[in-house]
Amino acid sequence: MNEIVSEAARKTAAGLAQKMGIKDLQFYYGETCALKNITLPFYANKVTALIGPSGCGKSTLLRVLNRMYDLYPKQRAEGEVLLDGVNILQPGQDLNLLRARVGMVFQKPTPFPMTIYDNIAFGIKLYEKVPKKELDDRVETALKSAALWSEVSNKLHTSGLSLSGGQQQRLCIARTIAIRPEVILFDEPCSALDPISTAKIEELIDELKEKYTIVIVTHNMQQAARVSEYTAFMYLGELIEFGETSRIFTLPEQPRTQNYITGRFG
Amino acid sequence: MSDHTVRAYDKELEILGRKIAEMGGIAEKMLSDAMDALANFDLDLAEKTVASDPRLDILQRDIEEQAILTIARRQPMAVDLREIVAAIRVSGDLERVGDLAKNIAKRTLKIAAEPRIPRAIVGLKSMHEHAAMLLKDVLDAYAQRDAERARRVWTGDMQLDALEDSVFRDLLTFMMEDPRNISFCAHLLFCSKNIERIGDHSTNIAETVVYLVTGEPLPMDRPKGSSAFPSPQMV
Repeated sequence: MNEIVSEAARKTAAGLAQKMGIKDLQFYYGETCALKNITLPFYANKVTALIGPSGCGKSTLLRVLNRMYDLYPKQRAEGEVLLDGVNILQPGQDLNLLRARVGMVFQKPTPFPMTIYDNIAFGIKLYEKVPKKELDDRVETALKSAALWSEVSNKLHTSGLSLSGGQQQRLCIARTIAIRPEVILFDEPCSALDPISTAKIEELIDELKEKYTIVIVTHNMQQAARVSEYTAFMYLGELIEFGETSRIFTLPEQPRTQNYITGRFG
Repeated sequence: MSDHTVRAYDKELEILGRKIAEMGGIAEKMLSDAMDALANFDLDLAEKTVASDPRLDILQRDIEEQAILTIARRQPMAVDLREIVAAIRVSGDLERVGDLAKNIAKRTLKIAAEPRIPRAIVGLKSMHEHAAMLLKDVLDAYAQRDAERARRVWTGDMQLDALEDSVFRDLLTFMMEDPRNISFCAHLLFCSKNIERIGDHSTNIAETVVYLVTGEPLPMDRPKGSSAFPSPQMV
């Protein structure tokens, strides 16, 4: 952990388990260095928010955590990303397994063009062979965990695309949960949603952290302040400050953090 | 500090600051007028002092309303949030300072008919000098965002407490000397309490300034002036 991880965070974090951790990470798009020397912990069963202006590298950082960047040529990461102490950047890493353990929910809802039931069963069947009865249970549990069950239980076999934006996003969360991940990454999960759907997702995140470790990228600072316990502020590919959310939004240590969260930037 | 991207936000904070400054000016003036009225038995000035209080109340209400509106509209964070919370707190303290000065002025009107003992007022005058200095210092500390100066006010109130004790003893002596002094001196006792309370509000403001600047609260226990008599603290 470097000096950016504030003293306050270090103290309170003393008793916390680190589910994931980034160590001296550099990330390149071709020749361009998009992340510079990032060291950052993600504590188990806590919500960590990544904030910063557009282009600061927060989404890039999120995409490193489940190696989404591997899908694109000329993108590479150096350093370490530890999941339960094991470096997932190692060449031998099974990417399918990694993405099952580290699930992701995207900015725009991305349901598959299939039924609500199949949207969830599809993922499960990719990873496991499950009898029909158990599959039904898994689908139901996932939809319940995503607080969607009561709204869709009577229309499981209609298209996922027929749902509202907020419901579609919760369907995507259910799909992620169904695979039983350990970490869930949220990339601006509410930016396309209305305030009520947003509140539902935030309530859901609050419930999900009991079982999962959560990392959320958001442009909405009030949202970061509402849902997270820890916040990392990034700027131009660097981690400027990391600490307890209650501290970052009331008494940040770095002037650049203060300027950003008070709306004085640029 | 640089400006907000949204300039209307800066303007709102600036207006809040200006209104606090106006309240501070009125409160200071009310205190010195109330004491002048008491010392010189100037009933016109006493009435004028009482009449300035409503303006202070209106300003406090304005500040509160505007602060709430800014919170609702801008969701202030960090230093901005402290700025707004400080404005609410300081305006509350200044409004109370105005009330206490008004009380002194009202007593001046009440005791106009009583036999006067000018020497009984001497102690109150030095209390007032000290309280007025604390109030001025803390308002300057607020305007300049000077936590160090605010800390000095915070500890400086100790002397005011000590002065109040000595005024209490003096007034008791005058009352024992001649029972005809009792009514007049009893009123002065309340006045001394009012001045002491103004000192307390100055220390409240000092705490707010330190919080505003540093983000950290001052300790709960403030140094107090030693008291031989517990009674004045309980008036």
